[in-house]
This record gives sequence, structure tokens and C-alpha cells, in this order.
Amino acid sequence: MRVRVLYFAAVREQVGTGAEEIEVPVGVSTVAGLRDHLRARGGAWQQALAEGRLLRMALNQDMVPQSAAIKAGDEVAFFPPVTGG
Amino acid sequence: MKISVQREDFDLGAEVRSIARNPKIGAVASFIGLVRDVSEGAAVGAMTLEHYPGMTEKALQAIVEEATGRWQLLDCTVIHRYGELKPTDQIVLVVVASAHRGDAFAACEFLMDYLKTRAPFWKKERTPEGERWVEARAADDQAAERWTPPAQRPVAR
Repeated sequence: MRVRVLYFAAVREQVGTGAEEIEVPVGVSTVAGLRDHLRARGGAWQQALAEGRLLRMALNQDMVPQSAAIKAGDEVAFFPPVTGG
Repeated sequence: MKISVQREDFDLGAEVRSIARNPKIGAVASFIGLVRDVSEGAAVGAMTLEHYPGMTEKALQAIVEEATGRWQLLDCTVIHRYGELKPTDQIVLVVVASAHRGDAFAACEFLMDYLKTRAPFWKKERTPEGERWVEARAADDQAAERWTPPAQRPVAR
């Protein structure tokens, strides 16, 4: 299935892109699974999405826990804890 | 209710005047967040605010709806800027109107506390040592957490 993945702030700078469309391999069915899949690219991806790093995730523009299920056509975003206001 | 995510500056007086036309309103509380020239001991020359277009508006809408469910609000305005800002510039405005001050004060503080931890904005500061992303503060999470669910909340009046 295809999903749209967005990156913001420090994560966006580290991975060098703000958005991409990717084909998710069979077996990847949650936000956590997608994070693992992207981290497996290694290098900057490994660092930006590192397992111990505190990141927030959004699914279709709502913040969700990593366990949230994803489906074709979803928009998933990875970003650091927010600092507005 | 008005929610705006914008580059342009805003005018507190104009926003309050446009909200206060309803004769049922007896109290208007407001908050403005400004850019400071110092952060974590370093001089800040400027900052850039990044956000997540689409989600930002949606998150602010959800926060306002949450406040509307908790307090008796007659009107509410939330404006948050993005882009390049300098010390003394205005960043965020919250205006809350109610019949009485208790609800207006409480909702205004609640909106800011929730906005700080739930609206997808990120600040990047320019200091003499270079640019750096602002780290989220535990104090902001604690401030948001003190707003207990409506059922446990004592009547705020």
C-alpha cells in the first residue's frame, strides 16, 4: 500500500525531505512499523527516527500513539515534541 | 469562534472589539505570547516558526472545542503566527469571552496550556552560536496535565 509521509522541524532537516510517497511493504501495519521500516534505511534515517528518541506522530493530522493502525492513502507525520505558543 | 494561522501580525484591540459586540458578554480575557531576546542563556536575534499546515488548524479547532465543552464561552479567538519573527514580535493571541470572569480566565489559560503541547508548531532560534531548535519543556506538559477531565473539575465560578 502507498502512504504519504511527512517530516517536520529537526526531523525534516535530518532526513533532508519534508514529504514523500512511499510503498509500504506487506507486514507493516502500524505507525511504529512504518517508523521501523524507515529507520532501516540507515544513516540519517536511523538517527532521526532512532528508537529511543522522543518523537510525536500524527495519522491523518491527529496525534496518535505508535500503535495506531495505518491503511492505504493515509498521511503519517513524524516530528519532535511541539514548541509553539 | 475564530482560528487563524498566519504570517501577519495581529491587533489585540481589534480582535477584542470584534468579539465584544454581543451584549451577553460580561468578561473578556486575553493572552499574548511574545518573542524574547534570550533563551536558555543565549541571545536570540530572531526565530522561525514552522508548522504543519492543515493539522495546525485542526488541532486548534479541537482545543477550542474542548474548552467550549468545559466552560460557558460566548466567543473565542485564537491566532498563531508562523514564519520569521524577531524579539518583541507577537507570536500568539488567545481571546476568550464569557458572561463572567471565572470562565474567561480559566478557558484562556487552558487554551494556552493545551496549545503549547498539542498544536504542531516548532521554534528555531537564531543565536550568536548558530541556529537551534527549541526543546520541548517538561513544565509545559505539566501545565497541560493539571487540567483534569471535566467530570473531576470543581465548578469554576
